Amino acid sequence: MTWQRETFKKIKQIPREEHVLPGTSLCAGCGGLEALRLAAKVLGDDVVYVNAAGCFTMLAAYPFTPFKGSWLYTTMGSAPAGAQGVRDALDVLIAKGRLPKRDDLKVVVLGGDGSTYDMALSSTSGAIYRGLDFYYFCYDNEAYGNTGVQLSAATPYGARTTTSPCSLQHPAGTIQEKKDIFEIWRAHKPPYIATVAPRYPLDLAEKFARAATFTGPKLFLALSACPTGWLYDPGETPEVAKLAVETGLWPLKEAINGAVTHTYIPKRKPVEEYLKLQGRFRHLFEPTKQEEAIRHIQERVDAYWRQVNV
Amino acid sequence: MAGEMMTGNLAAAWGARLAGVDYIPAFPITPQTEIVEALAEWCDCGAMPARFVMMDSEHSMMTAAGAGAAAGARVFTATSSQGLLYAFEVLYSVAGWRVPLVLVNVSRALAAPITLEPDHNDVLAARDAGFLQIHAETCQEVLDSILMAYRIAEDERVMLPVLVNLDGFYLSFTREPVIVPDPEKVAAFLPPLRPAHLGFKASAPHALGVAVLGGTPYTYFRHQMHLAAMNALQVHREAAADFERLFGRRYDVVEGYRLDDADDVLVMSNAFATKGRAAVDAARAKGRRVGLLRLRVIRPWPAEAIVTALRGRRAVGVLDQNLAPGLGGILVQEIAATLYHDPARPKAICSFIGGLGGKNIHEGEFDAIFARMEQAGKAGRGEGPVLLYTEAEHREMEQLQILASESRADR
Ligand SMILES: Cc1ncc(C[n+]2csc(CCOP(=O)(O)OP(=O)(O)O)c2C)c(N)n1
Ligand code: SF4
Ligand SMILES: [Mg+2]
Repeated sequence: MTWQRETFKKIKQIPREEHVLPGTSLCAGCGGLEALRLAAKVLGDDVVYVNAAGCFTMLAAYPFTPFKGSWLYTTMGSAPAGAQGVRDALDVLIAKGRLPKRDDLKVVVLGGDGSTYDMALSSTSGAIYRGLDFYYFCYDNEAYGNTGVQLSAATPYGARTTTSPCSLQHPAGTIQEKKDIFEIWRAHKPPYIATVAPRYPLDLAEKFARAATFTGPKLFLALSACPTGWLYDPGETPEVAKLAVETGLWPLKEAINGAVTHTYIPKRKPVEEYLKLQGRFRHLFEPTKQEEAIRHIQERVDAYWRQVNV
Repeated sequence: MAGEMMTGNLAAAWGARLAGVDYIPAFPITPQTEIVEALAEWCDCGAMPARFVMMDSEHSMMTAAGAGAAAGARVFTATSSQGLLYAFEVLYSVAGWRVPLVLVNVSRALAAPITLEPDHNDVLAARDAGFLQIHAETCQEVLDSILMAYRIAEDERVMLPVLVNLDGFYLSFTREPVIVPDPEKVAAFLPPLRPAHLGFKASAPHALGVAVLGGTPYTYFRHQMHLAAMNALQVHREAAADFERLFGRRYDVVEGYRLDDADDVLVMSNAFATKGRAAVDAARAKGRRVGLLRLRVIRPWPAEAIVTALRGRRAVGVLDQNLAPGLGGILVQEIAATLYHDPARPKAICSFIGGLGGKNIHEGEFDAIFARMEQAGKAGRGEGPVLLYTEAEHREMEQLQILASESRADR
């Protein structure tokens, strides 16, 4: 059975109004920001973003913020706990009549992969476990970006970062496999989890619309093609984001109360097409092609989709 | 004496209950746990109209507390020792958010070696975090200080979090008579929290904790924190006067004991100050003119009150229940710096380190402390740090070492 979009069938249905205004100090071509921009079109302005340390922390730099909603920067390791505090306080104040219901806000954690996969994992686990009614938006640029692109638990096998360089001992660069945060989240049984990619705006918007119907943790993992960390021209972000999905490396899926559906079935181009666009994988092609490493990446993708069984 | 018998922990819980807090994120740690257990029960049975939530760590707990306060709720939380350190990064953050929450710390010495007994390396590590700090000597004072803490924290001139400290075991688990204030009088003392500068709402969006670019805005906001903390001295004066009027108990930033004609003054803080008072009485009975100054408010640093109490004395001794390895006592540095510019500064400042990990300070040790202070005052030269540790204690230690080596030999 193929996944049906109900709210967003045509691109025209995506609101034109912008909720993340331009002019921030983030890099040109930031795929994560594009994903957030699209998400905010569904989330609207009645939002408080609870941010973890990372690139997006620079979105709100005194005296500017690109949001028409609210913002709270917390720490790298505890944004979900910040969301807990805000949500609980809003609930209490509304219940006690000190805040009108119409002033209520959606609470949205905004964290990078380093925060999400590593430092804030305990805090996130706690928030999901407690059934906190919040959104989690992880912009996954597959590295500690803000500190200059170091290895994170989201960095994929074969990518080069400043702390997993391509060397004689490790010609492939990163030797670890990307941590499967989707499955870690799913093990907590939250009502809604989805992966999204900025090059698939209807899929993304539909998922935020669907998530809105659930109370509890609503978790999003956004592919955040990152020209600065992945080493490609900023103009190529759409192409990179597209190939991540079309090669099958970034599956678009959702899990509703634990039941997984793949929302888009790619024809699966060879992973090489995606890898060779990016400087972080150049050592796999030059000076000599590392056939073994590339094959390993391809086999992992193939094994994933075999197991998906579509 | 009037009042009901209760532990310092229960007195702390009563403080939060009477303050009418809205929100309590919590995490257990000995010797604090009894506080959050009492609050959990009261929230559960409806005695307290507050939301209680068990967090996954003190780092998360402190973040939730700060965020809840930033959203406009009156927030209480409590921790101790390793928990305070686990939350450390967030202490600075929430102080920077200028949220008026109250955190109780039940002092417990820091690992390693791990122990449950008190000293003040935990709370003093947090002295520069931007929290105001009130250190209590009795269970009654714990309760009363929490009420005062909210009043001061929430004052528009301050808007900073306050940490109220009580010693593990010596107060946390010690039952003393405590008068539970009348809720109506508490309401007269502590107006409802309606912060003008906090809150997240759809109709009035607000960005908090944002990044700054460059030293100028950073410095501006940090200076604001300092000036607000200094304002707390005046706000404390007002709160103390109102508190005395309503409840008949008086709390100042420092508290003197038998200072009037004292030649030499010993400075202490927290529950061990009670031992200090007894020692002063004993020394006076032997003809020494000594007194005690208890530091109650540590942030803001009550420099003027300290100078007023200590100027013109022959010798001042500071009994630090903490140890900065490689330096000595923490508070003696601040006392010395405070007194330096006074023309009538004491002739000698002596530094003593005692009560580490809850170790007792014996009568004989207090005798020696006062004798050395007198000597130093007469000679016009301070001494220290003197590490308090008796021969009897060392014999006890040697026994432990013998056991340790025997059990190793057994293997
Ligand atoms: C406790 C703590 N340790 C380290 C840092 C330094 N730091 C700031 S941003 C960052 C990278 C975060 O990586 P990620 O979550 O992936 O976000 P990105 O920078 O990629 O946007 C690090 C390590 C910090 N702010 N706080
Ligand atoms: S480093 Fe990457 S993720 Fe960070 S702002 Fe730049 S493009 Fe975006
Ligand atoms: Mg990242």
